[in-house]
Amino acid sequence: MDYSQFLVMHQEIGLLVLILLVFLYDTFGNTTASKGVSYLTICGFALVTLLGFVQPWFSETSSAFGGMYATSPVMGSIKNILNIGVLIVLIQAMQWADSDYMRIRRGEFYELLLMTLLGMYFMISARHFLLFIIGLETASLPLAALVAFDKKHYESHEAAAKYILTAVFSSAIFLMGLSFVYGLSGTLYFSDIAAAMTNGGALLIVAIAFVIAGMGFKLSLVPFHLWTADVYQGAPTPVTSYLSVISKGAAAFSFFVIMVQVFGPFYGEIWEWMLYALIILTITVGNLFALRQKNLKRFLAFSSISQAGYIMLGVVAGSSLGLGSLMFYILVYIFSNLAAFGVIQAIENKTGKVDMDSYNNLYSTNPKLAFTMMLAMFSLAGIPPFAGFFSKFFIFSAAVQPGTPALYVLVLIALINTIISLYYYLLVVKAMFIKNQEPCVIEPFTSAVSEKVGMTVCVAGIILVGLASCIYDFLIQATRFFPEYIFTIFAN
Amino acid sequence: MIFSNILIYFVVIPLVMLGLLFLCRDMKQIRTVAVVGSSALVALSVYLTVDFLQLRAAGVNDIMLYTGSWMWFRPLNIHLAVGVDGISVVMLLLSSIIVFAGSFASWKITPLPKDFFLWLILLSTGVFGFFISIDLFTMFMFYEVALIPMYLLIGLWGTGRKEYSAMKLTLMLMGGSAFLMLGILGIYYHSAPEGGQLTMNLLEIRANDAIDHNWQYFLFPMTFVGFGVLGAMFPFHTWSPDGHASAPTAVSMLHAGVLMKLGGYGCFRVAIYLMPFAANELAWIFLILTGISVVYGAFSACVQTDLKYINAYSSVSHCGLVLFAILMLNTTAMTGAVMQMLSHGLMTALFFALIGMIYGRTHTRDIRLMGGLMKIMPFLAVCYVIAGMASLGLPGLSGFVAEMTIFVGSFQHADMFHRVFTIVACCSIVITAVYILRVVGKLLFGPVYDEHHLSLTDATWWERLSTITLIVCVAAIGCFPNFFSDLIHNATLPIIDALTK
Repeated sequence: MDYSQFLVMHQEIGLLVLILLVFLYDTFGNTTASKGVSYLTICGFALVTLLGFVQPWFSETSSAFGGMYATSPVMGSIKNILNIGVLIVLIQAMQWADSDYMRIRRGEFYELLLMTLLGMYFMISARHFLLFIIGLETASLPLAALVAFDKKHYESHEAAAKYILTAVFSSAIFLMGLSFVYGLSGTLYFSDIAAAMTNGGALLIVAIAFVIAGMGFKLSLVPFHLWTADVYQGAPTPVTSYLSVISKGAAAFSFFVIMVQVFGPFYGEIWEWMLYALIILTITVGNLFALRQKNLKRFLAFSSISQAGYIMLGVVAGSSLGLGSLMFYILVYIFSNLAAFGVIQAIENKTGKVDMDSYNNLYSTNPKLAFTMMLAMFSLAGIPPFAGFFSKFFIFSAAVQPGTPALYVLVLIALINTIISLYYYLLVVKAMFIKNQEPCVIEPFTSAVSEKVGMTVCVAGIILVGLASCIYDFLIQATRFFPEYIFTIFAN
Repeated sequence: MIFSNILIYFVVIPLVMLGLLFLCRDMKQIRTVAVVGSSALVALSVYLTVDFLQLRAAGVNDIMLYTGSWMWFRPLNIHLAVGVDGISVVMLLLSSIIVFAGSFASWKITPLPKDFFLWLILLSTGVFGFFISIDLFTMFMFYEVALIPMYLLIGLWGTGRKEYSAMKLTLMLMGGSAFLMLGILGIYYHSAPEGGQLTMNLLEIRANDAIDHNWQYFLFPMTFVGFGVLGAMFPFHTWSPDGHASAPTAVSMLHAGVLMKLGGYGCFRVAIYLMPFAANELAWIFLILTGISVVYGAFSACVQTDLKYINAYSSVSHCGLVLFAILMLNTTAMTGAVMQMLSHGLMTALFFALIGMIYGRTHTRDIRLMGGLMKIMPFLAVCYVIAGMASLGLPGLSGFVAEMTIFVGSFQHADMFHRVFTIVACCSIVITAVYILRVVGKLLFGPVYDEHHLSLTDATWWERLSTITLIVCVAAIGCFPNFFSDLIHNATLPIIDALTK
C-alpha cells in the first residue's frame, strides 16, 4: 500500500490529531479549574487552519483510496473558508464554554464540534457516495448531541430530538434516492454515474427528487425546513451559530457538486424546474416568516433559510462563476451571521435576553455591540459597501449568466425578496437605534476579551472581504482546478 | 497610479472626513472637520470646472475627460472606472455646494452630532462616487451607498412620523434599485457582440452597441423605473413627501437637492444612452407618467398646510419636469433638464434650509399657525421670497432659465401628443405660482398670528452663510445661464447622436 496518499489528506489528519489531543487532555489533564482545554482547542485549531493554507496551490489535484477521496484547490478553499468560520465560532464560544455550568463538559463540546467538521471535510472531498454518506453522518449525528448540550433547558432537549429525527429521516430519504441511482448506473463514483446512467424515466425522477429532498433537509430548504426554527431557538447559541453557517456551507458546496456533476445531464429535462420552485419557495417563505419573529435566534433561523435560497442561485448557474460565487457567498455569510450571533451571545451570556424588544435603544448603553449588529444586518441585507452587497451581486450575476428569460424572472423574484428581507433586518436596526424613547433594559457592560476578538474579526471581514477583490478573483480561479471539469453540462 | 486622477479625490476627501469624524471628541472638532472637508470639496469642484472648460477650449473632444480605469473584479470585468462630461461636472459642483450649505445648516444638530455627520458624509460619498463613475457596477454601488444612510438620518433625527417615513423611503428606493440591478445585469450580459469581452463600462457598451432591440424593450423600463423611483416618477413618488417632511433640515436639503438628481442623471446616462432604440419607442409611456407627476405634484402642493409637505410636492412636480424633459429626447429639452436639476437642487435646498430655520424658531410648520414673519425675521423672510420667486420662474433667477429651455425644447416636437403634454406641463407654472404666493402671502406678509413669535430672533451667522451661498448660486445661474448651458449642451450631443442613429 502506498502510504504517501495519506499526505493528500493533511487537513483531515491535522484535524484528527487535534481531536485526539483534546480528548487526551480532557481525559487526563486538570480540566475543571484551568482554561487549558479551551486554549488548546483554539490554538490547535488555528494551526489546522494555517495548515490548510500551506498546501501547494494550483498543483495537480490529488486523490487517494482509488479515487474515492480527492483534494484540489477548490476543495481546499472551501475547507479554509469553513475553518475560518469554525475558528470564529470557537473563539466566540469560549466565554460560554468556560462558564461554571459548562466547565466540566467543555472538552466534549470541543471534541464533538471538531468531529462534525471532520465529517464535513469528507463530504467536501468525497468523490464516491459511500465516503460522502460517512461524512454526512459524521457531520450530523454529533450535532444532535451538541444541540442537547444545554441540559437545564427543556427547549434544548426538544430541539435535539427534532434534529436527530430529521437528520435520520433525511438520511434515509437520501439513501433511498442513492439506491435508485445505483440501480440505474451500477456505480457510485461521482465521475462515472453521469456516463453510466441510462435514462430511467420515472425512477430517475424519483431518485433525483429524493436526493434533492435529502440534501434539502440539511440545507433547510422549504418545504424541508420545519425543524430549523425550533432547533435554532433551543440549541445553545454557539451551536446555533455553528449550525447556521458551517454545516450550511458544507452542505451547499456538496449539493452543488452532486447536482452539477452527477445529475447535470438531466438538468433541463428533470430538475431545472424543481430547483426553481425550491429557490422561490425557500426565499419567499423564509422571508415572510422572519417578518414576525421576536426572538432573535428564531429570527436568524428564518433569515438563514432565505439566505440558503440565495446560495442555491449559484447551483442554478452551474458554472465556474456559479461555484465561485457560491463559495464567496458562504464566506461573506459566515462573517455576517457570526457577527450577529456574536452580539446575541455576548448579550445572552450577560443578561440572558434574546428577544428583540430588549434590544430597544441598545445604542445608548452598548454602542459597540449595536454597531456590530447593525453592520451584520446591513451585510445580510446586501447593502454596500459591506461584503453582503458584493456576494449578492455576484451570485445574481452568476444566476442570470445562461441568459434565459426564466432566469431573469427567477432573479427578479429573488431581488424583490431582498426588499422584504431589508425590512426585517432594518427592524433590528430600528430597535437598537431609533426606538430611543425609553431606557434600554440591557445595562452597559464590557464583553469578554474572547467575544471582542470574535466580533472584531467578523467586522473586519464584513468591511474588507467585499472590497478586497483578490478574494473573489482567487475563488473563481480555484474553481478551474476541480478534479474533473464538471461544468460541461450547462451552456457557456 | 490611481491617485494621480483628480476625480478620485471626490471620494477620497469624504472618506478622510469619515475617518477624522471617528476620532472627533467634541462639537468643535466635528464642525471643523465638516467645514474644512466640505470647503475642500467646493474648491475641488470649482477647480475641476475651470480645468474642464480650459481643456474643452483647447479642443479636447472626448466624450468623457479625466478618464481612468482600474481593474477591480476580474471575473465579471468590473473596473473602478471614472470620467466626467459637462453634465457630471455641473452635478459635482451642485453636490459640493449643497454639502457645504448643509454642514452649516446642521451647525447645532442634537442629539449625537458625531453620528449625524458620519451618516451625512457617507451619504455624500455615495453621491460623489455616483457622479464620477462610468462603470455600471461602481455606479450602482455608490447609488446604494447614498440611499441607506437616509434610513438612520430620518429615523434618528427626524420629526413627526419619522419611523414610518424612514422605512417607507428606504424600502421604496431599494425596491427601485432591485429593478435597476436586474437591468444592469441584463446590460452586462448583452454588452458585447457574440464572443466579445463583456463589459460594464458605459462608453464601451455604447461603442459596442450590441444590445439587441428585444432586450432593449425589457432593459429600458427596468433601468428607467429603477432610477425613476428616485426621480419621484408617478406612481412611485409617494416616498418623497413623507420622507422629506420627516427628515432633518440638512438631510432634506441633500436629499431633495442632490439625491433626487441621481434619478434623473441615471435615467439618461444609463437608460437612454445605452438603450436609445427602446427609449425612442417607449418614451411616450413614461412621458405620460412624468406629465402626471408634474401636474399632480403641483396641485397637491396647493392644498398642503405643512411647509415641508408643500415643498416636497413641489419637488415631485419639478423633478417630474426633469424626467419629462429628458424624455423629449432632443438637445434643447435635455439641456433644460440638466439646468432644471441644477436649479431645483439649489432652490429646494434653500427652501428646506429656510423651513428648518423657521421651524427651529416657531416649532411649527403649519402655515395656519404662523403669519407676519417678515416683521419678525426679515432676513429669513426675504430669503424665502427669493426662493419662492426662483421656484415660480422669475427671470433673473435659475428657475426661469431652466423651465424656459425645457418648454422651448418640448415644443420642438410637431406632433399632437407632445404638444398637448407640453401645454399641460406648462400649466404647472401657473399652479406653482398659486401655491408659492399663497404661502408667501400668509406666512410672511399676513398679520402676526401668534404673539409669542414676536420675541423670536433672526438668522444667526451660520444660517446666513448657508442661505447666502445658495442664493448667490441661484442668482448666478439666472444671470449667466450661457456659461452652464454651453457646458451641458455639448455633453448632451453624444446622447442625441445615439438616439438619432
